[in-house]
Amino acid sequence: MVEILGLLFDGFAIALQPTNLMLIVIGCTLGLFIGSMPGLGSVNGVAILLPLTALFPPTGAIIFLAAIYYGAMYGGAVSSIMLGIPGASTAVATTFDGRPLAKLGLADKALTGAAVASFVGGTISVVLFTFFAPPLAHVALVFGSPETFALMMLAFATFIGLGGDDIFKTFFSICIGLVLSAVGLDIMSGEPRLIFGEITGFLHGINFLVLAIGIYGIGEMLWTIEENVKAGGVNMMSEATITWERTKKNLWELLGTWKTMLMGSFLGYFVGILPAAGATPGSLMAYGIGKQISKDPDTFGKGNIEGVVAPEAANNAASTGSMLPMLTLGIPGSPTTAILLGGMVLWGLEPGPRLFTDQKEFVWGLMASLYVANLAAVIINIVLIPAFIWVLKLPFTLLAPLIFVLCLIGGYAPTQDMHDVWLMLIFGIVGYLMRKLDYPLAPAVLAIVLGPLAEPALRQSLLIGNGSFAIFFTRPYSGPIMVAALLLLFLPLFNMGWKRMRARNDSAGEWQG
Amino acid sequence: MSVRVAELLMALIMAVFSAYLMWKSAELPIGWVTDEGPGGGFWPFWLSAIMLLSCVGILFNWVMRKSAPSRSMETFITMPVFLNVGVVALALAVTVFLMGWAGTYVALFAFLLFYVGVLGRHGVVSTLLIAIISPIVTFMFFEVLLSITLPKGITDPYFKPVFARVYQCPRRETFGGRMQCYINPAWK
Repeated sequence: MVEILGLLFDGFAIALQPTNLMLIVIGCTLGLFIGSMPGLGSVNGVAILLPLTALFPPTGAIIFLAAIYYGAMYGGAVSSIMLGIPGASTAVATTFDGRPLAKLGLADKALTGAAVASFVGGTISVVLFTFFAPPLAHVALVFGSPETFALMMLAFATFIGLGGDDIFKTFFSICIGLVLSAVGLDIMSGEPRLIFGEITGFLHGINFLVLAIGIYGIGEMLWTIEENVKAGGVNMMSEATITWERTKKNLWELLGTWKTMLMGSFLGYFVGILPAAGATPGSLMAYGIGKQISKDPDTFGKGNIEGVVAPEAANNAASTGSMLPMLTLGIPGSPTTAILLGGMVLWGLEPGPRLFTDQKEFVWGLMASLYVANLAAVIINIVLIPAFIWVLKLPFTLLAPLIFVLCLIGGYAPTQDMHDVWLMLIFGIVGYLMRKLDYPLAPAVLAIVLGPLAEPALRQSLLIGNGSFAIFFTRPYSGPIMVAALLLLFLPLFNMGWKRMRARNDSAGEWQG
Repeated sequence: MSVRVAELLMALIMAVFSAYLMWKSAELPIGWVTDEGPGGGFWPFWLSAIMLLSCVGILFNWVMRKSAPSRSMETFITMPVFLNVGVVALALAVTVFLMGWAGTYVALFAFLLFYVGVLGRHGVVSTLLIAIISPIVTFMFFEVLLSITLPKGITDPYFKPVFARVYQCPRRETFGGRMQCYINPAWK
């Protein structure tokens, strides 16, 4: 306990260094702007801007990206409230009550509420994070290859069991991500493999950023263009007035929602820890529970501030929660943390529990910067609300080409090979078409990041176990994890069987009746 | 083309692709190699096999009309969407080609000119401003600050005098396998 506080104190010394503090402020502001644009969320911001972090040492780079992550989580509410278009899937629940509030002329109340709730959710979860992470990392230190692989199986199994998407399409998405990560040189034998058409560009493998920017940059923008065409380019902007007096009144009223905020924060954090669950289901669940514990649940959906506070507290809490498995176990809990994890590998760090002993500065600098980023984001957010509204008024035809430019260069920068820019474009277009057919793409991004870690773990485990899969079930830690993964994997099957049985029973009942 | 037809086509294409991946993976040993454990093709081969099985599952759902896209008879890509998204996708492809052939800066200039001016129908002044300033900012940020050389194609010789001026860096070091120009040495 005391030791953790001491380490956290050291972390603050790093986070508060002038350059890092500057990175936090710039990152939060950039993240807020990206998050406030319709269609772009934290994952897009982090994917598109990751190549820029080559400028900083790893600690600065992760602080910068974490600040973007945080800022974007705050900003997601802005377009939900002002345009009724969720900035990202994590802000979907915010539209339910944020949009009606804006229509009632209370956009400023909704925006302030979202900012304050995000702050509460972020702060509570970062405190929980600080005290949960070191013990978990300590346990994870004894993990070997079988445990690592079992954990990855668990991460993928949660996508299939809890993701809620088409099961076959989720399986497909995970496997294609893993296969794409296998392109290049076989890590163990050094032989080239999956060199399509003998094109030399495949020899260096497919960088995860090529897929991430393809899907979350190019694909997402194409998707947004389609949405714009469907909406007929109508300006749906709500009017907002913000004065100091009104803000004071709003803040005072928000004190009354403390219960909802606390509920959202804790719920969001624990849902966020689960791989694949993340911020979107967390915020939707918080909205549902918020409605149940509210004094007047009937006004939910018609403009109740608690309906904004609950999901916003939860989605920020979940974004911190999803960093816990990323840092301690090396298993990302969300697409955004998957990209952060990929970034850590890019900067030459080995993700996993050993970070806590070998890279204390990095870990605790990051944790402290989360505290600082939270505070910075809430201040910047409330001060800059008028500026975000101005950005939302900017024509899409001005923002879109600039984002495309960032994507093109971001696709080139990691490997400096035009081959990868072409690949990125293909991934973007194919990803856009697949998304139209309800293929979940987040599992593919997670998989391409985890692939290079999962394959050696599997092969080494099999080598230790002389080719028998029994090794995964006979070790004290990997056994239960693997069983849990298999249970999750078969959860949809159980569900299907259960439904069928009930249907049969029902029809049997009808016969008797 | 309806969404239902598109769903079928996508599943069929992906099934063929999975089979190709299986065949391609089998170029390396997919079984047990003595003293080495599973061969290099083992991992991608079995994953591709699962992909193929998933495609069979998607096709099964298509026949049974179980998934939402397999029931939808809406048009997959309507004409206005096709024109808007298609034009942008084509413009991007041309830009990527231009990046390799005529260089990034020419490509970005042309892309922005087209997107902002033609698609966005913005005025001549704002279009030109964006089309000229963005490549310059890109150059300053990536080439000067980050030392990431962007492709220049046939325009490469014209950049030599520019680089001679800007590459008077206070301190340059290798970081992450790349040469970096540290503006502030205290960051190291």
